[in-house]
Amino acid sequence: MLKRLVLVSFLLASPVLAVQPDEVLPDPAMEARARTISQVLRCPVCQGENIDESNAEVSRDLRLLVRERLIAGDSDSEVLDYITDRYGEYVLFEPEKTGANLILYYLGPVALLIAGIGGFIYLRRRGSATEAAPQALDAEEERRLKELLADDKPGA
Amino acid sequence: MIVELGHFALVLAFCVAVVQSIVPLIGAQKNWMGWMAVGEPAASAQFLLIALSFGALTYAFITSDFSLQLVYANSHTDKPLLYKVSGVWGNHEGSMLLWVLILALFGAAAAWFGGNLPPRLRARVLSIQGLIGLAFLGFILFTSNPFTRLADPPFNGSGLNPLLQDPGLAFHPPFLYLGYVGLSMAFSFAVAALIEGRVDAAWARWVRPWTLAAWIFLTIGIALGSWWAYYELGWGGFWFWDPVENASFMPWLLAAALLHSAIVVEKREALKSWTILLAIMAFGFSLIGTFIVRSGVITSVHSFANDPERGIFILAILGAFVGGALTLYAARADRMQAKGIFSMVSRESALVFNNILLAIAALVVFVGTVWPLVAEMFWDRKLSVGAPFFEKAFTPFMVILALLLPIGAVMPWKRANFTRSLRQMAPALIVALAVAGLAWSLETGRSMLALVSAFLGSWIAFGALAELWVRAGRTPARLTRLPRADWGKAVAHAGLGITFIGIGLLMAGQREDIRVAIIGEPFEVAGFEITLDSVDRVQGPNYMSTTGTMSVRRDGKLITVLHPEKRTYPVEAMPTTEADIDNGLWRDIYLVIGDPQAGGGWAVRTYIKPFANWIWTGCLMMALGGLLSLTDRRYRVAAGARKTAPAATQPAE
Repeated sequence: MLKRLVLVSFLLASPVLAVQPDEVLPDPAMEARARTISQVLRCPVCQGENIDESNAEVSRDLRLLVRERLIAGDSDSEVLDYITDRYGEYVLFEPEKTGANLILYYLGPVALLIAGIGGFIYLRRRGSATEAAPQALDAEEERRLKELLADDKPGA
Repeated sequence: MIVELGHFALVLAFCVAVVQSIVPLIGAQKNWMGWMAVGEPAASAQFLLIALSFGALTYAFITSDFSLQLVYANSHTDKPLLYKVSGVWGNHEGSMLLWVLILALFGAAAAWFGGNLPPRLRARVLSIQGLIGLAFLGFILFTSNPFTRLADPPFNGSGLNPLLQDPGLAFHPPFLYLGYVGLSMAFSFAVAALIEGRVDAAWARWVRPWTLAAWIFLTIGIALGSWWAYYELGWGGFWFWDPVENASFMPWLLAAALLHSAIVVEKREALKSWTILLAIMAFGFSLIGTFIVRSGVITSVHSFANDPERGIFILAILGAFVGGALTLYAARADRMQAKGIFSMVSRESALVFNNILLAIAALVVFVGTVWPLVAEMFWDRKLSVGAPFFEKAFTPFMVILALLLPIGAVMPWKRANFTRSLRQMAPALIVALAVAGLAWSLETGRSMLALVSAFLGSWIAFGALAELWVRAGRTPARLTRLPRADWGKAVAHAGLGITFIGIGLLMAGQREDIRVAIIGEPFEVAGFEITLDSVDRVQGPNYMSTTGTMSVRRDGKLITVLHPEKRTYPVEAMPTTEADIDNGLWRDIYLVIGDPQAGGGWAVRTYIKPFANWIWTGCLMMALGGLLSLTDRRYRVAAGARKTAPAATQPAE
């Protein structure tokens, strides 16, 4: 990202910054949709920035493309499909729920279920266990205990 | 000369670490007092030597000694002194040196304040701590030596990334490292206990303050980073679910879980093997974080140099420590017999669910962070996992946690009555519902997010108050006599609630305006009248700035005059935006100035950010709560301490 920024700053003298006033659509509702879509699309050349906040040229192109598609009458998901078809799954910050990605999506709920059952079994066992006998002190601890008791005598 | 002394001290520290990691461990095994006693002076010596080395590097930065490659690459004579100093850890090599310095500090603190630990346990803890130090000192000396000289010293340095030239970020890494590395103490205690084959209430009491201290530092470090991102990056985002942020967040979640499970070990002698596992994993995730930041396997805005050799070295360290500890765990875990008995509804079981939720939340963050790597490796899919995924996958766990928290916190140990606990929390529930109703009626967007977060946040915060009230027997006079740990718990929980409110209401109610502002022509955003009065060129110490002067009025009355800037750092050839913010309790006014426009006027961004400061106020309260708990009497006056020697068990801060 740094190199890119440096490059951009040399080329343009001053860099473009995220969404520019000239990109904003006149219709506030449509603009709001464009912003929401922009936030789930990843800038292809940056490191982990979405196109809404990215300064890169390609992000500006993508932002304009999103707005073009919206004006053409696409629904939000059609816009995302259109862009994914051209730029690949990589630009989606929320990967498609297909194939192996299902592991990613279902891991949390499944882990919670398993841990919940495990926790329940553990708690039931704890509830019905009998109190274990206290562990006997070893020689060193006996010595320490005597010392402490001696310390506690009045006037010590 | 001083630089060479620093280099030499570092090599010497490596040698001391060899001794520290071997001799006390053998001593503890054979019960040789003399060998065990080596740990203490070795830990002190290691700390002093690394401090000397770090001092030498700092000296080189302050005096701009460009014959050091590191200073050349990261400093410049024009930089203000603060950033010359913070430049020491604003790079890979220097930050690793800070890392081992803090590691040695914790080891030395365990030697200095661990007087009341059983000698064998102390020897083992110091040994393990020495071993971790050894691994990382080796890493520094063999792959990332900060003391490499240049044959032909250049006339001036190439500067520090301007984004890092900021007071918030100058102190973000040290706090974060204090947290990351502080967890090494929990790890060392856990491994020592596994070697010993014994975990009891006393062990938990010793390990808890260290974990608490690490968690406090981690909380402050993360909050500082988030606050910095908010005001520096120019659009007021506070959390990006970036891999490196996640790398600090996972240990935080696990440390929070560990803090809670250690209470169960301390008070009830149950959950022992789980607590040990958490201690191992919390530090393991710190190491994973180090790996992610420094290997470059996962690209992120934060990553230091991408160097596969370094990555493999850290991966080896990670594998050796976590793998070794887990093997030991597998062999010894069955010895950790639980003693306490408790029913299905009790404080213990509430803490079990706290741990389940925090641990799985950490797991979800972890899998999301490494998923792009996994998907590319196994299925050849190039994909991204970012904020929209994490927000959906992570939030449900926090919602459940928030719902259960106040009731679980007020439940008594051993056996509780759910309806009774709920009744004790009834006032908090009523207030929280009222607050949620208020948020619903005031918030223009009528979003569920605002409603839910206002309810959950105030449910936790007022729940914490209600709990104090119940604990004080509903008598105001007794409030001041409650132990500090009770206050700490309430303050930390309330802080969590406040952070929840801040995040939810900010995300739900943020207003944004992007436009071309003509000088002198006011425009309106969310009831505020904003005027761009003038734009000036200003010369800073090591940058040029385009500074706007903007006045904000409401109903004709001047509220504030703000000066958003755009800076260009000629040395680094990099522009930054410096937003100017009017901080308020209920909202921030956040102004950013952009480029001059062809038709006249300037691109200007205005954000109204409701409740933004609540996020970091809540984090500070969490840290403060931890601190209150840390200064509780039972840690200051350790059980079994000799009367003649006033013992202090709390760790160095």
